[in-house]
Amino acid sequence: MSTQPAAHVAATAADEAAVRRAISSTPRPPKAGPVSAALTFAWRGMLKVRHVPEQLLDVTITPVMFVLMFTYIFGGAVSGSTGEYRDYLVPGILVMSVLFTTVYSGVALNTDLTKGVVDRFRSLPIWRPAPLLGSMLGDTVRYVVAGIVIILVGVILGFRPDGGAGGAVAALALVVVSAFGLSWVFTTIGLLLRSPSAVLNAGFMGIFPLTFLSNVFVEPTTLPGPLEAFVNVNPISILADASRGLMAGNAQASDIAVVLAVAVVLTAVFAPLTTRLYRKS
Amino acid sequence: MTALAIEATGLVKSYGDTRAVDGVDLAVPRGSVYGVLGPNGAGKTTTIRMLATLIRPDAGSARVLGHDIVSEADAVRAAVSLTGQLASVDEDLTGRENLVLLGRLLGLRWAPAKARAAELLDAFGLTEAATKLVKHYSGGMRRRLDIAASIVVTPELMFLDEPTTGLDPRSRNQVWDIIRALVAEGTTILLCTQYLEEADQLAEGIAVIDRGKVIAEGTPGQLKASVGSNTLHVRLLDPDQRPQAEQVLAHDLGTVTLEADPSALSAACSNADSGAEVVARLAGSGVAIAAFSLGQPSLDEVFLALTGHPAEQAPGEHDPINEGNPA
Ligand SMILES: Nc1ncnc2c1ncn2[C@@H]1O[C@H](COP(=O)(O)OP(=O)(O)OP(=O)(O)O)[C@@H](O)[C@H]1O
Ligand SMILES: [Mg+2]
Repeated sequence: MSTQPAAHVAATAADEAAVRRAISSTPRPPKAGPVSAALTFAWRGMLKVRHVPEQLLDVTITPVMFVLMFTYIFGGAVSGSTGEYRDYLVPGILVMSVLFTTVYSGVALNTDLTKGVVDRFRSLPIWRPAPLLGSMLGDTVRYVVAGIVIILVGVILGFRPDGGAGGAVAALALVVVSAFGLSWVFTTIGLLLRSPSAVLNAGFMGIFPLTFLSNVFVEPTTLPGPLEAFVNVNPISILADASRGLMAGNAQASDIAVVLAVAVVLTAVFAPLTTRLYRKS
Repeated sequence: MTALAIEATGLVKSYGDTRAVDGVDLAVPRGSVYGVLGPNGAGKTTTIRMLATLIRPDAGSARVLGHDIVSEADAVRAAVSLTGQLASVDEDLTGRENLVLLGRLLGLRWAPAKARAAELLDAFGLTEAATKLVKHYSGGMRRRLDIAASIVVTPELMFLDEPTTGLDPRSRNQVWDIIRALVAEGTTILLCTQYLEEADQLAEGIAVIDRGKVIAEGTPGQLKASVGSNTLHVRLLDPDQRPQAEQVLAHDLGTVTLEADPSALSAACSNADSGAEVVARLAGSGVAIAAFSLGQPSLDEVFLALTGHPAEQAPGEHDPINEGNPA
């Protein structure tokens, strides 16, 4: 230290007094409860949306472009009129948009792991699943935002579903619940793969074909037999149907039941898997 | 309450065929800095991760502040904090948000968490950067925030994993000052480092580990003494006088080492008296001396003597001549 110029010595002496004050002034508070810890992690997730809005833009701009392009380019050819096709497409794109957003839950988790911040979280005296559950809650806010954007774009293009605002909210809620279930799949992938971009690629490689092989864009009746069979059992199709039904005010209870069951099964299988992998990583 | 902050016996952790930690024993007293010194891949981080309850040991056991790291992991977590080797702060948040986040997770309410964040930002010279995203911080700022995040609630024991790797000398000194202040306030610190100088500067006790095993233990002085003789370092005002100085030293002390600095030379020297005599003779012979020191061997030499292979180079230039120079 003898090599430091005098000015530096003076500056650090002041710092040191402040550091000592800061160190000595904190009695340990009682531990954070599970709910408060999880909500704090949700808050962290929302701060990220604010600071890195690009992530949200990525997953909303593509669907918005799809709505515009498909409605005006293919609308006439597919449904005979752009208006009719728009009404078919918007509830489907809502599904696509929100499900795409779930990939980012896995990406965000993987980013945490590669950065070392998880080591700190895991060394804190908090309820073990709080970081995961909290991030998922924060992500849910993201899903809602992504969904609202699509619905608004639809409304701007003249989409006026018969189910009204209530139907739209119900559809959005159902889609967000599904997204919550699916996001556990991507958090599991996020803990298994090495880099955030690997998670992103794997996620989209899975969800892109699944979305296109659903009824989001076209009625499966026009498809060749085996493909039509697949599209009909694809849970994304069923979710899109339920979403259309809720918006139009004529939803099938069976569709909604299937959608909720899938979300429950995904959560039941992948949430414990994610928690276990997170603990071990 | 035991007198020891950390008491580890026979810790083992393997990854596949690699025995990352291969039977480490540690006895770390409370209230001081204890250095764990070792080159890349020695097993420092793995040891810390076991002690901080992030991974379970394959064999062996340890008590941290009296709590078993496996069966009483929660109690350990409630009393320690970890500053990992990778900066363990969230890059996509601001400095302030990071500290508020940790305050909340440690059980503070919103208002006290915010007040605490402001206090720490101020103490660590980060107030101006408080609302900037951490990814735009310099390495030194990030490290200071990282340490601030570790003391949002003052821990009894703090794990610091290579806190100055990659920092410039000024930032490194700032981090050292913070560490000294923490110890002065009663926190025990387990400091992992590859830098011999860092352990020498800060630690009261040092364990040298290599390939997962503790190969030596003691105070910095004891470790140096175990290597043997002292070293006389001399720096001249005029490099042209070095041959003359070399003659005087060689006559009295035997083998002389000419250092990379063209005005510096050194020689092994059995004790302080003979060193003082040589310096007096050197001055009497008309050689102008800029600085001299009679130091114990550097920890680099200790490491070489203990392991048979050299350790990594310390950050910045290590200039032993200045150690004895009251500038
Ligand atoms: N998660 C892991 N999986 C596989 N091997 C690992 C893992 N963690 C550590 N190792 C191996 O264990 C050995 C010790 O690693 P460790 O990180 O503890 O060393 P270190 O002393 O901290 O080194 P450095 O100074 O480079 O940080 C290394 O050979 C490393 O490759
Ligand atoms: Mg390490």
